Formats: sequence, structure tokens, C-alpha cells
Amino acid sequence: MQSKRKLIKLILTLILMVVALVIVFPFIWMLVCSFKPLNEIYEFPPRFFSPNMSFDNYKEVLFNQNPSFMTYFKNTVITTAVAVIGTVFTSSMAGYAFAKLNFKYRDQLFMLYLVTMMVPFQVLMVPQFIQFKYMGIFNTLWALILPRLFTPLGTFLMRQFFLEVPTEIIEAGRVDGLGEFGIFYKLVLPLAKPAVSTVVILNFVWRWNEYEAPLIFLTDSKLFTLTVGLTSFIDEAGFAQDNLIMAAATVALIPMILVFLIGQKYFIEGLTSGSVKG
Amino acid sequence: MERRKKKYNWEPYVFIAPNFIGFIVFILLPVLFSLGISFTDFDIFKGFSHTSFVGLENFKTMFADEWFWVALKNNILYTAVTIPVTLVISIVLAVVLNNKTYCTNAIRVMIFIPYIASIVAISVVWMMLFNPSQGLINQFLIALGVSNPPGWLGDMQWALPAIMMVGIWMGLGYNTVIYMAGLQGISESLYEAAQIDGASKWQEFIYVTVPMLRNTTFFLVVTSVIASFQVFGTVNIMTNGGPGNATTVLAHYIYVSGFRYYKMGYAASMAWVLLIAIFGVTLLQWKYQKKHESNF
Repeated sequence: MQSKRKLIKLILTLILMVVALVIVFPFIWMLVCSFKPLNEIYEFPPRFFSPNMSFDNYKEVLFNQNPSFMTYFKNTVITTAVAVIGTVFTSSMAGYAFAKLNFKYRDQLFMLYLVTMMVPFQVLMVPQFIQFKYMGIFNTLWALILPRLFTPLGTFLMRQFFLEVPTEIIEAGRVDGLGEFGIFYKLVLPLAKPAVSTVVILNFVWRWNEYEAPLIFLTDSKLFTLTVGLTSFIDEAGFAQDNLIMAAATVALIPMILVFLIGQKYFIEGLTSGSVKG
Repeated sequence: MERRKKKYNWEPYVFIAPNFIGFIVFILLPVLFSLGISFTDFDIFKGFSHTSFVGLENFKTMFADEWFWVALKNNILYTAVTIPVTLVISIVLAVVLNNKTYCTNAIRVMIFIPYIASIVAISVVWMMLFNPSQGLINQFLIALGVSNPPGWLGDMQWALPAIMMVGIWMGLGYNTVIYMAGLQGISESLYEAAQIDGASKWQEFIYVTVPMLRNTTFFLVVTSVIASFQVFGTVNIMTNGGPGNATTVLAHYIYVSGFRYYKMGYAASMAWVLLIAIFGVTLLQWKYQKKHESNF
């Protein structure tokens, strides 16, 4: 009985491993093709290894293009880093105020935040386009960064976390004469590491992969992020250069996958934590 | 509830200010602005001085616009196919992964990868796999004896199903992980009771697992419906809405109207229709949750 159960478990594991491999196959295939010369990527039956594999495609993509993928990479890192740090800063402060401080119209204001959480980007893109032209930040990285410094969802997640923090801690800080900012910075924020990491991960993934906003707000290819850099590269290279395109796509993808694999536990928890309410 | 005396200090406003100013400038004003634009014939080249108020004209145009209806139809089709298929596969994966396999975490991580991958990179690989003459999928189908495999992204009939397949593939890992979390909440005693009643594994799945996961399913349906009405990246990169209008969906048609034909007033009015639809779905979720919470 025991060994039969183990056998079933083993078989199920094998089946699911096959399913999982099928699911990640496109990425494996992308990686394989990124090392191959053009004439070998459409071979059938496909070969996973060939003696002609090399880093030539990567050299071409990283160093012989203008602008190169290094530039796109740099733009993506800057945009993502500033937006993520900024949003953690603004949403933890606002989330704390919504959860633990009293001010006029607090609950009405929070309701307004909740309602705007469901506004799709399609509604914002036309007015933001006009707004950014008038503000002079159209076609700059600021057009990607500034609107992303304030995420209603981030504020919502931080508030939900701070609601659980015992008010006694805050009262004790007041008794000690810490002042509101001291209490927040020294007592409350250190407790909020799980919530902060959720906000960081969510925003990191969204900003890194953002496609529609840079497509609309950037026109200068020197400012492109990896996503739009990749699409403009495809437009220019055409499909006669699928091997280069695969190398470019791998360059765009690898950093995210590496970060994901390193922090997978936190990533999966963070990205799915929106669902565990109530 | 710490509702002591109603005395307000200045500090809370400092806490809220950075977020609130950005919220007003980059979200609230654009939303209202967008509503205003949706009643005009604004485009970026005319500027505001040549823009006129057209009342409900954009909305009338929309209801007479064949492309809008096709986009809506394609979008509903996309939603109606991808969501049930994704949910059924994910619930099965979740049940099997829950205590019935080894290496659970490795499998979970692998199937989650498409969810964190850039939509552009994803689209690029799938375009290569879907290539009608040389792509791996069709070469494989030919090797299996299919004499006339589909043209996929270039084919009127197969382009939308191809986009749907990619959509399902992207969502599987996320949905599975959420279902796995939902399974943790089902009490073991329910299964024991079912076993005493002589239920088979299949009956346990149908009469215990699936009904007990209904809140999770409801959450996933609502969020997936909202997301599927904003599907854009895969369409814009892989098919550009084509061939013809075979894969035109709402978000793509809004983008094309606003930023390729520069009919920004029209784009804004369609975006508002999208917003109202999303708002409706969300209200439905709130109502359901309220009703359900009061049952406890």
C-alpha cells in the first residue's frame, strides 16, 4: 500500500515535470536559438546543441547596434529603480496615515483611492500624453517615472499591513516623545518589511516589463527601455535575423528571470498576495 | 478604534502629501480630463484652440463603428475561451501539486515563469514558434502527419486562437499558485467525511474541492475578466490586430485610434466605455463578497 502510493506520487511528479517543461520550453528554445547561426534555427528535427553555437549574436546585439541594448538596459534599470524606490516611499507614508493617523476626510479619500485602482491605463494614456507634452516631460524618462511614483495599489497594500500593527506601539512611541515621524521611521517601518517587499516586487515586475507606456511616451530611440527597444529592433531587423532577435529577447528577459529564481519564494508570495484578502 | 477627541494635527498631512499630490496630478486629473476629451473631437495636431465640443457624437460613432463591434466581439471571445480553459487546467495542476508530487516547488517555479516574463520577449518567441512554414509547431504537426497545418498568426481563423493560447499559457502559473493557496484553506475533515461516505477521488474533487474553492475561483474570474479586457501587448506585437480585423481587441483599437489615427477624443470615449465595464465587474465582486461574508 505504502509503496503503491509512492509509485503513484512518482508517476504524477513525472507527468507534471513534463507539463512544466512544455511550459518553459519557449524560453529554453529562445536561449538555444540565441546561440545559433541563422541557418540552423529553423532546422527540423530541432537540435538543442550544435557545434556552430557561439556568442556572436550577443556581440552583435550588445555592441554593434545603435543604440545598443546596453542603452536600453540602462534606461530600464534607471526607470525601474527610481519608480520602485519612490513608490515605496510615498505609499508607505500614505498607507500609514490612512491606517493609523486621524485627519479630515480620511476615509472618503481612501475610498477615492480604491475607486481609482480599477482605472485602466487606456483611460489615462490620452490625457497623460497631452499633459506630458505641456509639462515638457514627453519623450523623457520622467514620463515613465513620475506617474509611477504614486500607485494606489501600493498605498492600499501598505495600509492593509499597517492596520494590523498594534496601536500600543505607536502610543508607546508618543509617550517616549518620539514625534510622529520618529515613530513611523523607527518603530513602524521596520515592522513593515514583508509589506514593503511585496510592493517592491510587484512594482519591479510591472516597471521592468512595462510596454504600453514607453511605446506611447517615448519617441527617441536612445531613451527606449528594453521592451520597446526590442520591438524597434525587430522592426528594423525583420525576420531575416531571427537569431539576433532571440539573443536580444534573451538579454531583455534574463535579468528578470535571474532575480525571480533567486527570490522565487518572495516573488510568488508577493505577486499573488493581492488575492488573500478577507 | 482609536477615535479619541476630534483634533487633527498637521503631521498626517505631511505623511499623505507626496502621495496625494502625485495622485491628483497623474491619476485624478487625467481621469477627469479624459472624460472631458471624450466629448470633443480633440487631436494633438489641432491643439485645443481648434477643438470643438461634439456632445455624444463620439459615442454615436462608436455604436455605428463596425471595428468597435468586432473588437468587442473578439475581446468577449478571448475572455470566454481563455478564462475557463485557464481555470480548469490550473485547478487540476493545483490539486495534483498539492501533496501528491515530489519537487513541488521546482514545478511551481517553472510554470510561474511566463507570468513574470516581458510580454515583448514572450511575443517574439511565440512568433518564431508559430511561423507557418518553418516554425517548430507546424514542423511538428507535419511530422505527425497533419498535411495542411494552420497558418496561425497570419490566418484569419487561427490568429485569435493563437493569441488565446499564449494568453492561457501566460496565466497558468499564477492561477495555479492562487488555487494552491486556496486548497490550504479546505479542512481535511471534509475529505475524511467524503471517504467515509465512500466517495471516489473524482467525486471528492467534484463535490468537495471545486465547491470549496468557489471564492478563489470567483476572485480569479473577476481579476482575469478585468485583465482580459486590457489585453494589448501580445496583440500589438504578434498580429497588430490583423490579419484584417481578426485579432482586433478593445485596448488595441483604442491605442490605434488614439495614437495612429490621432482621433484622441474618440479613443478617450472608448476608454471610458472600457472603464465603465470594468467598474461594473468590480461592483459585482464587491456585492458578492459582502453577501458571502454575511453568510459566515
